[in-house]
Amino acid sequence: MREFELVIIGGGPAGMAAAIAAKENGIDDIVILERDTQLGGILNQCIHNGFGLHTFKEELTGPEYAERYAAKVYELGIHFELGAMVMDISKDKEITVISRTHGAETIRAKAIVLAMGCRERPRGALGIPGFRPQGVYTAGTAQKLVNCEGVIPGKEVVILGSGDIGLIMARRMTLEGAKVKAVVELAPYSSGLKRNIVQCLDDYGIPLMLSHTVVDIKGKRKLEGVFVAAVDEKNRPIEGTEEYFPCDTLLLSCGLIPENELSRSAGVELSPLTNGPTVDESLETSIEGVFACGNVLHVHDLVDFVSEEASRAGKNAADYIKGKPASPGVPLDVKPGNGVRYTVPSRLYTESADDGVHIRFRVTGVFKGASIVVSSGDNELLRRKGRIFVPSEMLDVVVKKENLELASGEIEVRIEEASV
Amino acid sequence: MIRELTCIGCPMGCSLTVEVENGEAVSVSGNTCKIGENYAKSEISAPTRVVTTTVISRQGIPVPVKTAGNVPKEKIFEVVSLIKNAKLSLPVRLGDVILPDVAGTGVDVKATKTVG
Repeated sequence: MREFELVIIGGGPAGMAAAIAAKENGIDDIVILERDTQLGGILNQCIHNGFGLHTFKEELTGPEYAERYAAKVYELGIHFELGAMVMDISKDKEITVISRTHGAETIRAKAIVLAMGCRERPRGALGIPGFRPQGVYTAGTAQKLVNCEGVIPGKEVVILGSGDIGLIMARRMTLEGAKVKAVVELAPYSSGLKRNIVQCLDDYGIPLMLSHTVVDIKGKRKLEGVFVAAVDEKNRPIEGTEEYFPCDTLLLSCGLIPENELSRSAGVELSPLTNGPTVDESLETSIEGVFACGNVLHVHDLVDFVSEEASRAGKNAADYIKGKPASPGVPLDVKPGNGVRYTVPSRLYTESADDGVHIRFRVTGVFKGASIVVSSGDNELLRRKGRIFVPSEMLDVVVKKENLELASGEIEVRIEEASV
Repeated sequence: MIRELTCIGCPMGCSLTVEVENGEAVSVSGNTCKIGENYAKSEISAPTRVVTTTVISRQGIPVPVKTAGNVPKEKIFEVVSLIKNAKLSLPVRLGDVILPDVAGTGVDVKATKTVG
């Protein structure tokens, strides 16, 4: 049985950054297991620009961002295996992996970093009525077809959901000569970044229909069109508002789900709020020596945040391997309060925390001129005012260690709305 | 005249308020950094974009490319059409110039990925 000090599951941005940080912190015996034929993960199909402004202070495309990290992986001599599909992880950190080079084998690890990324929510999970014709794709599938396979899925397109991939694909399909008739969004606000609405929809005159949804899909073998209707405040379609859009392609951009089958088989505790592992401030899951970062932990909108988070996971995994003692005491629960959907971490050891603990979260709605407040009992640990907070943008606050010392019992992160 | 813009310089997407006189931005507010001010000024007078797309290589594998700088917004479709017709053989290295001075913009089109 092969043994490694550190096994990293996934060679996307999170896996690569975690491996680099672990190596730079003194761990040499590392393997990255990647099921695809190249490193880089989802970045390989994200050919648009806008990546790396935080990390590299310049605007890169996805493949360029990936290649910078891959170059560092080669340069540091970090071992990685492609075409290696991890089938199972046991709670004793035994990893079952299948590859052409090694067949089916079990690998033992001292520590594991989970960096498997996320998947798109498929049609089956959306409950759209109608037939199951050819022509309905998730936006990311279409993105891979267009950008990596050179195949254009259709000519007349409706996009359901205004997530970033959907917006990016609205522009991409337009540049490839397709007619994008509308982007239909159930919520009264877009779940994508504002800049993407400007440069992917407004630039090309593509309408964004907020508070609308697809209520029927027409076409038995091949998609012929979709019915779109307005919805009320409870997301119920309003009768009489149906509009028919003939189309041969329906793209779904309705959310991403962390891919945690392996975490589950390992017995890692998952959060119902993020669908990712629950972690402490060191990004360690409920199993000692198993860390999680990137989209498998919680869905990010910026790869820069993924890289930063994964670097911390890699460094902490290195510290664990080098024998850093387990965090003393009982962790404090970190809880989402008013206006906050979830927090990462969800538990926090104040004594062993480094100076400056990151708490990342998303808000439940749009808040203007509001403040982020982190508190414990009567003690306020952090307060930050912002011009606007939106659900599509992950927020990141850093609580100083001296303020953490004021905490006891539990920590709450909430949005304090501006007084009217 | 006042125009409301959303800065696309980075994912912050600052809401900008721009005072426009004679087709030029005379004052910009709401921006967090200099990028916002510059964006507003060029967006009012001569909007530009970086264009990304793919070129299908002779081997049939798509190669992702980008304009190495901003090109005028009204030339996007012309730029994409010229890129589509470019001929290209693998291997290609990241940063290779695929098409120099595309559509007379003075901007080169470069490969954004090492392929083959």
